[in-house]
Amino acid sequence: MATPALKMKHPGCAQSIVCDGNEAAAWAVALARPDLVAVYPITPQSSLVEYVSQFIADGKIQAELMNVEGEHSVLSALHGAALAGGRTYTATCGPGLAFMFEPYWRTPGMRLPIVASLVTRDGITPQCVWGGQQDAMTMKETGWIQIYCETVQEVLDTTIMAYRIAEHHDVMLPVNICHDGNYLSYGVTQVDVPEQSAVDDYLGEKDVNWHVALDPMRPMAVDPLTGGAGGPGPSKFVAYRKGLCEGMQNALGVIEQAHADWADIFGRDYAPLVEEYRLDDADYALVTIGSMTGAAKDAIDSARLRGERVGLIKIKTFRPFPVEAMTRALKKVEAVGVVDRSVHYGWDCGPLYQEVLSCLYRAGKPVASGSFIGGLAGADLTEGHFARAIERTAQLLAGTEFDGPVWLNEND
Amino acid sequence: MTITAVEQKTTHEVRLHGRGGQGAVLASKILAKAIVMSGQHVTAIPAFGFERRGAPVAAFLRYSDRPLRAVTNIYAPDYIICIDPSIPKAVDIFAGVQPNSTLIQATRQSAESLNCPEQVTRVVLCDAVTIGMEVFRRPITNTIMLGAFAKATGIVTMEGLRAGLESANFRDAGLEQNLIAVERGFNESIVKQRQGGEWV
Repeated sequence: MATPALKMKHPGCAQSIVCDGNEAAAWAVALARPDLVAVYPITPQSSLVEYVSQFIADGKIQAELMNVEGEHSVLSALHGAALAGGRTYTATCGPGLAFMFEPYWRTPGMRLPIVASLVTRDGITPQCVWGGQQDAMTMKETGWIQIYCETVQEVLDTTIMAYRIAEHHDVMLPVNICHDGNYLSYGVTQVDVPEQSAVDDYLGEKDVNWHVALDPMRPMAVDPLTGGAGGPGPSKFVAYRKGLCEGMQNALGVIEQAHADWADIFGRDYAPLVEEYRLDDADYALVTIGSMTGAAKDAIDSARLRGERVGLIKIKTFRPFPVEAMTRALKKVEAVGVVDRSVHYGWDCGPLYQEVLSCLYRAGKPVASGSFIGGLAGADLTEGHFARAIERTAQLLAGTEFDGPVWLNEND
Repeated sequence: MTITAVEQKTTHEVRLHGRGGQGAVLASKILAKAIVMSGQHVTAIPAFGFERRGAPVAAFLRYSDRPLRAVTNIYAPDYIICIDPSIPKAVDIFAGVQPNSTLIQATRQSAESLNCPEQVTRVVLCDAVTIGMEVFRRPITNTIMLGAFAKATGIVTMEGLRAGLESANFRDAGLEQNLIAVERGFNESIVKQRQGGEWV
């Protein structure tokens, strides 16, 4: 017996389903029509590659699946496919990502528009298979674009948008769509699945190896040995690096346009770089990243009911860092508490906090600030944790500073 | 029936307790689908870890007629679904339970024997192990207890549960068996209400 269809929420939607973040990402991959997917289902992997593999087996994705011998080979296989003109995908996290590192940091330099989901996990050691953002944050200086999602629907939508961003001729860079392990990867909710034809129109014709190719008809040096300090000199290398930096900066505008067009077609409007929540009349604010943001917004609403003039700034695009958008938001407040789901060992704070400090320097006004670290190794960040972060940030506003980060789950 | 404070609440928090291998997490996914079919917003999250067969596991589900933003575990449930009869001896299934809550318990015991705290004002008893042995020839109770939940709340329909079951991938048992299991759970559950010091 057929079951009645769920009520769809938006135009451009083919069906509405109830699924977790990993299945939502797999649906996005199906709609993006990749040519090659390479996987290595190590433990700990995630169910994401299982869904994608099943979709390929079912014919829902018309891609070649390469189940290779390790994550290093996964990304190397995608390099070859991208250089041959294919659209590519993989998903990884934690130790698998670490094993992928050598081809991983070559990918941006070759300007390959590969899309890879990072189902973010905390790092070992001690032993840990749980969520956290330490794996993604460890990769933040490799030249990949990094975008963090707040909801399961946003995982689906942004994974499709990632191809548009990666393959834009002014960008040509790999994209990591990051979604929090457990809370989004296994968090189940209702999501709308877009229409295939609408996604086809949105993404357009793929053209991924116009600039660098493995093509007998167009012989060229791929990943050439540059001059260094001798021979022809360092200019070639500088040109590569400078070009990569320009591509990253170009990505900011492309990410904004990709989101604006998505909202036009599919009716879901996400802040592409930095979201401001109840910020315009706020004296102080929390800064958040990823799936923690929902509970943080609830805590902001509760504090507002008590008369607290507090708002929230959520970062979605972390690489390239949206310096202008973040600085503009920070200028609206006098104190800020930044909540990270990972650790910056060098500065004894969270990595997002460290980036916010740079923006505060640019803001040109004194803003009291503090670092909060929570949600490590799958720990929950509840409205109660954010209520405490709000209270401590209010104390910053009142002039009471604190040294070192506040560890939100220290006593849980 | 009078409307309780819990039924007037717009957001409900459900905690499922079971043992690894019994399908508590799968049950939460099926239930999520069924509740969405009733027009509610749902977020379901498993407590993820190194689950091994027989170890206590939990799954969390929040539903509301308003959009849900918090992606967090459940600490203050107003529904507790316990799909294993022996779990209350192993973990504190009542941790954080709210006033006027409902316990949906797989058991062949009486309501009195469950030692419910006073916040629990209603229990739904289902001899799910016996039903599971008859339907699956194994003590699988997860979908049976979804039938009991449907009877307890009225929030999900049998049609919704059917849709949830159809979207699940059953490794060990077929869809038809599970449909029977849900229906038997619904039909064979006993609802008891606390009145004074008595369960009636």
